[in-house]
Amino acid sequence: MKILVGYKRVVDYNVRIQVKPDGSGVVTDGVKLSANPFDDIALEEALRLREKGVAEEVIVVGIGPADLTAHLRNGLAMGANRAIHVVTGDAVQPLTAARVFLKLIEKEQPGLVILGKQAIDDDANQTGQMLAALWDRPQATFASKVEIADGKATVTREVDAGLEVIEAELPAVITTDLRLNEPRFIKLPDIMKAKSKPIDTIELGSLGVEANDQLKTTHYAAPAKRSKGVMVKDAAELVAALRQKGLL
Amino acid sequence: MSKILVIAEHLGGKLNSSTARAVSAAIAVKGEAIDVLVLADSADAIAAEAAKIDGVSRVLTVARAENAHPLAAVLAPQIAKAAAGYSHVFVPSTTFGKDVAPRVAALLGVAQVSDVMSVEAAHTFKRPIYAGNAIITVEADATHTVVATIRSASWPAATTGVNSAPVEALTVDAALPTHTRFVELKQGSSDRPDLQSASKVVSGGRGVGSKENFDIIFKFADKIGAGVGASRAAVDAGYVPSDLQVGQTGKIIAPELYMAIGISGAIQHLTGIKDAGTIVAINKDGEAPIFEVADFGLVGDLFKIIPELEAALN
Repeated sequence: MKILVGYKRVVDYNVRIQVKPDGSGVVTDGVKLSANPFDDIALEEALRLREKGVAEEVIVVGIGPADLTAHLRNGLAMGANRAIHVVTGDAVQPLTAARVFLKLIEKEQPGLVILGKQAIDDDANQTGQMLAALWDRPQATFASKVEIADGKATVTREVDAGLEVIEAELPAVITTDLRLNEPRFIKLPDIMKAKSKPIDTIELGSLGVEANDQLKTTHYAAPAKRSKGVMVKDAAELVAALRQKGLL
Repeated sequence: MSKILVIAEHLGGKLNSSTARAVSAAIAVKGEAIDVLVLADSADAIAAEAAKIDGVSRVLTVARAENAHPLAAVLAPQIAKAAAGYSHVFVPSTTFGKDVAPRVAALLGVAQVSDVMSVEAAHTFKRPIYAGNAIITVEADATHTVVATIRSASWPAATTGVNSAPVEALTVDAALPTHTRFVELKQGSSDRPDLQSASKVVSGGRGVGSKENFDIIFKFADKIGAGVGASRAAVDAGYVPSDLQVGQTGKIIAPELYMAIGISGAIQHLTGIKDAGTIVAINKDGEAPIFEVADFGLVGDLFKIIPELEAALN
């Protein structure tokens, strides 16, 4: 079985995001870029399934500009067998990304597609679900445990009410939640090895995907700030203050 | 004119309050009609609750055995069919809505607006990106159906009481897949108010120190009738299960009173509480970032302060 893994490059989660003063975007010049944390978890899960003998091949997929290659090499260094780089200079919205993945699925015929539940830049949380719909296959989102056996995935999902367990026949789409696993660190010899692993390059335009970006972002703003309140001296004063506001 | 279809979220035969919050967002569109769609195995009791929400024009029900559990692959084709004739489909931005709404959008071939915080115009919305560190204004294409998830913490629940909307059974002709099956739902059984909808929440962090020590948080929460939450640090340390986690990667909540106890206030936690009415911070470190956003701060040992609070309440 092949596993296709979405591997998006985003602004590193430690970067303090600044909105440009003219509201035209957020500052991305010179900031550190890293793999989307949920995608690292997706790749780790795929690698573990390969190590268990459930899958033979793990393919990382990135959609982005020419310089995305270095990022995909990190995915290869982590352990993916090969990479597919869908080249485009434009940021793609989730529906377009899902359509790109569908084209790659038609070509690669994977048994499983694992994506992060959301990317930490646009926080859309859509691509996996959209892909599953277009592919007409099961989706198991927000996975915190995955077991593959007898042609199906048994997935524990983190939902608001607790933990939900569902069964999904393969092929299927799984999206990862934070507690699915802890991704491994890349070791130096693996970086050397990754240099010889193949990266297929495909122009987005050649896939026959209709770029259908219906949403226009017209303005960026910094969030409203909460102001600092008052310090109270003891428990009695706190209770009195909360009672006065009708909160206790 | 806009016609909005709101998808009801429910569990155990009860309507979730996230539905009435999504109705609030639908009211803000200022359209001509707001219909609520209830997909369930047995829909009557849920529909009766939804019919009382002010602003709702009609409640539509699709009662089928396949709808006993909220499986996105099963619900989405029905919602996509039912969406015909509507300009907007609104779904609560809970794990339920986040799971099903994009599947509906893809079936309709339209983009989705996630986590709507405000409605600026019928096709213009504000939503957070970068974990709430930037707020964007997005315009959706007015020639397509708008599928959107509604960020519960940004919207008050629409009032109930005077309304009594008609309830109509709907037949949708959609082929339903059998490739996805519900196995079980493991819920933390509790009589405490649900974290997502509680008007008061008491949360504990790493400062609580252990799973056993967390009892002091539960006990205090019960005393004031609050739901219980936790920081990611407390969850990762194994003090409490992950469904109690408040923050960017957990639940985003907006209670009237939020009490952060032994929580330092990492950005990822603050993201989850910034719409709370009043924030109280209790921490032994007076320099903790939680005090920057707290309306009331108290520096000290939580194991000393909580009993004092309990005594002051008596």
